[in-house]
Amino acid sequence: MTDKIYQYLLLIGDNTMILGHRLSELCGHGPSLETDIALTNISLDLFGQTRNYFQFAATLSERHKTEDDVAFLRMEREYHNVLLVEQPNNDFAYVIGRQFLFDCYHFMLLNELVNSNDEQIAAIAQKSLKEVTYHLDFSSEWLKRLGAGTEESHEKMQKAVNYLYPYTGELLEETPVELEMKELGIGANLPAMKEEYYNRIHQVFTEATLEVPETSWFQSGGKKGVHSEHLGYILAQLQYMQRAYPNMSW
Amino acid sequence: MSAIAKNSAINEILKGISDPEIPVLSIMDMGIVRDIQEHGRKLTISITPTYSGCPAMDTIQDDIKKALAEAGFEATVKLVLTPAWTTDWITENGRKELEAYGIAPPLDPAADKKALLHEKRIVKCPHCSSENTVLVSQFGSTACKALFKCEDCLEPFDYFKCL
Repeated sequence: MTDKIYQYLLLIGDNTMILGHRLSELCGHGPSLETDIALTNISLDLFGQTRNYFQFAATLSERHKTEDDVAFLRMEREYHNVLLVEQPNNDFAYVIGRQFLFDCYHFMLLNELVNSNDEQIAAIAQKSLKEVTYHLDFSSEWLKRLGAGTEESHEKMQKAVNYLYPYTGELLEETPVELEMKELGIGANLPAMKEEYYNRIHQVFTEATLEVPETSWFQSGGKKGVHSEHLGYILAQLQYMQRAYPNMSW
Repeated sequence: MSAIAKNSAINEILKGISDPEIPVLSIMDMGIVRDIQEHGRKLTISITPTYSGCPAMDTIQDDIKKALAEAGFEATVKLVLTPAWTTDWITENGRKELEAYGIAPPLDPAADKKALLHEKRIVKCPHCSSENTVLVSQFGSTACKALFKCEDCLEPFDYFKCL
């Protein structure tokens, strides 16, 4: 049972960690000072949330005794983040598209988790939800601004959305651990969120004058540990210090 | 509102500790001290973070332990997440201190939403008190602030956004 909760915490915390890392790569590289600061602030929120999940996870694990162990000492196949969050920062439209598609899901997920039967998960969700409300607001507004902006920004935003859309399916896919957590009243009911999720994002696409991408298939695999090539590069960077100097801290 | 100790000496010490990112505001005025358990010289103090990723929490914990140790108390500091911190817990005195320091204090949550969505000009400039202000960015110099500009005195300023 504790092992299942541990696995569930990874399913949530790996998303916030890997997306937080992607956003941190933009520190000093944002398209303007304000967006640079905003994206790194969001990154900081996501890392704070990750620490809360991983500190809790470390109390449930025999193998990983500290939050750093959980974050840094797993192999690629043991990370359960969705493929969406590991997609690269190709340009600002991709950053905003990825953020919006994730924020919308994240906001809905946390709204469920505040009622979790697990007190600690509910507490973390309550704290995170306040922050994520601002994230969703930020990414929705930028999506609309770029979509309904100039001809060039519209074209770039549409291209990014077309590329990212097939990665949304996995967000609401239910793994056996998530099914079990749902039945125990600890986890969220992902399949039940599906209709509302797509209604919400399509609504914002419409406001942004973007076409809903047509897709006959969805990408999947991240939750099961089967990742795109991007995660390997991310982990090489993230884990370097712990691998080169085991147990280092500052 | 922060928790208040029975021993007033403890309150005075805690009032002297501030968030390093907003040095004018004591942790008591911030409302982050949630519980103080007193067993003679041994204390257990619970504090709650303003934001999950607040980088000041470690420093604040160390500052609390150090300041109390200097007065002969042995303090354990615990971090609690629930109930989640809200800007409503910033005291009236804290709001005045913020404004005097050049940070516009948080409005009530309903008004805040309108201000941050460009719907209404209601955030008062802490420099010239004009309400003719515009949002520059929802995220400012720290996670807890948004960046505004005053259209009258033309000064940029931070707004402590509602949480």
